[in-house]
Amino acid sequence: MTTAIINGTQVHVNEEGFLTNYDEWNEEIAKVLAANIGIDLTDEHWKVIRFLRDDFPTQGETATIRRTSTVGGFDIKQLFALFPQKPAKKMAYIAGLPKPRGCV
Amino acid sequence: MKRIVILGGGTAGTMASNRLRKRLDPAEWAITVVDQNDAHVYQPGNLFVPFGIYQPADLVKPRRRFLPEGVELVLSEIDHVEPEKNLVVLADERTLSYDFLIIATGTSPRPDQTPGMIGPEWRTSIHEFYTLEGATALANTLADWQGGRMVVHIVDMPIKCPVAPLEFTFLADSYFTERAMRDRVEMVFVTPLDGAFTKPIASKHLGGILDDRKVSLESDFLVEHIDTDAKSLVSFDERQIPFDLLVTIPLNMGADYVARSKLGDDLNYVPVDKQTLLSKAHDNIFAIGDASDIPTSKAGSVAHFSIELFEDNFISYIHGRPMTKLFDGHANCFIESGHGKGMLIDFNYDTEPLPGKYPLPGFGPFSLLRESEANHWGKMTFRWVYWNLLLTGKDMPFEPLMSMAGKEVEARS
Repeated sequence: MTTAIINGTQVHVNEEGFLTNYDEWNEEIAKVLAANIGIDLTDEHWKVIRFLRDDFPTQGETATIRRTSTVGGFDIKQLFALFPQKPAKKMAYIAGLPKPRGCV
Repeated sequence: MKRIVILGGGTAGTMASNRLRKRLDPAEWAITVVDQNDAHVYQPGNLFVPFGIYQPADLVKPRRRFLPEGVELVLSEIDHVEPEKNLVVLADERTLSYDFLIIATGTSPRPDQTPGMIGPEWRTSIHEFYTLEGATALANTLADWQGGRMVVHIVDMPIKCPVAPLEFTFLADSYFTERAMRDRVEMVFVTPLDGAFTKPIASKHLGGILDDRKVSLESDFLVEHIDTDAKSLVSFDERQIPFDLLVTIPLNMGADYVARSKLGDDLNYVPVDKQTLLSKAHDNIFAIGDASDIPTSKAGSVAHFSIELFEDNFISYIHGRPMTKLFDGHANCFIESGHGKGMLIDFNYDTEPLPGKYPLPGFGPFSLLRESEANHWGKMTFRWVYWNLLLTGKDMPFEPLMSMAGKEVEARS
């Protein structure tokens, strides 16, 4: 586990730069993370990020795209438009949550 | 007389009924198991059926044979549960009242959830192997197949036995090689995740294994529908993956009665405390095995380790004592890698699969995260272990909680 300074705050990150501590995230950090992957956060992005942040503590896992759609009410094609090519990974990265993963 | 009703007589329900029956006085506690049929399938065996390694008849036995004396088996579909009335309503309108309910109805592939999957190509050029019927149909197709483009595809996570799609791919490579037709088969592995391996250490050790077998990878692919005319997977971001033979893992969902009873989440899994398996919504309902929403693999191994602890917890709980045997998400799984070899992984909620030896540190006989012939034989022997030791709750030489002994931990900055 390594640390990084994001927006003047020291945070814990993994090899891929994902935050590993739920409580170290804040909205200013999210803006920096989004900029790192070329995304300028709009209101529509924020609705998705806030859903993921609220859902994670109840599930212990980051919501899948399907869950973001069925529970959060977001259109899947819109998620692909907001977070191009790799929405699941990009959403998790900006929200300071683990990326969706398998068992190996 | 108090009554425990267990919904589902599969791996988890059968283990729980055997363990609880031994611990509870039959004069005080009745135990009833409900299942829709009397056919218990050894599900890990389905993987081997398409390649003719196991025959369907090798994998099915009557459920009743593995339930102990003093456990009643009711064969019926379940219509719904009325948790406020402590009542299970069966499809034929019979009712069962309970003091404690244990939900163990697992998870099932749902091809109906992807448009185009069930249609003219279903079980012809579009197959699955997670049911005995599907695995048998695929065996028939493969026996006559002349080659082409085979696509192995996962609709979405979570799925039962999450390493099985990779194992299928490795066994298919082995099968086509043995039949001297590997050069006529193009193999593609399609996943909604960002790779075939997503945990850092497993990726490092196993990352090249698909390349070695000349299997190409399509990652971050979320299927929207299957175009059966073009024989192509179509994703939400409009990528297309054509196939001659599609082996898909349909969306997995818990049982529909769970949804009708308003006991489940969006995929019909019952929200529970991940350490005790007690329902978050009802204080006399537990969910065990694949039926719960605990954040670990859906696998018989998880069911086994968690139920060893659940047994003690449940006995404490029904006598008003605190539950102290907290589950850590421990699982271990053999992974067939083809050509007579296999791998083994051992992990829990917090620790990713690491290399090493298991169960005896330094000795094994099994190797973690590395291919070996011993691992393959471990997997093949497991069918006997399942029927003769595991289901009936006999002690096994594996600890329910994960141990770091025998695991290699790299020094990290």
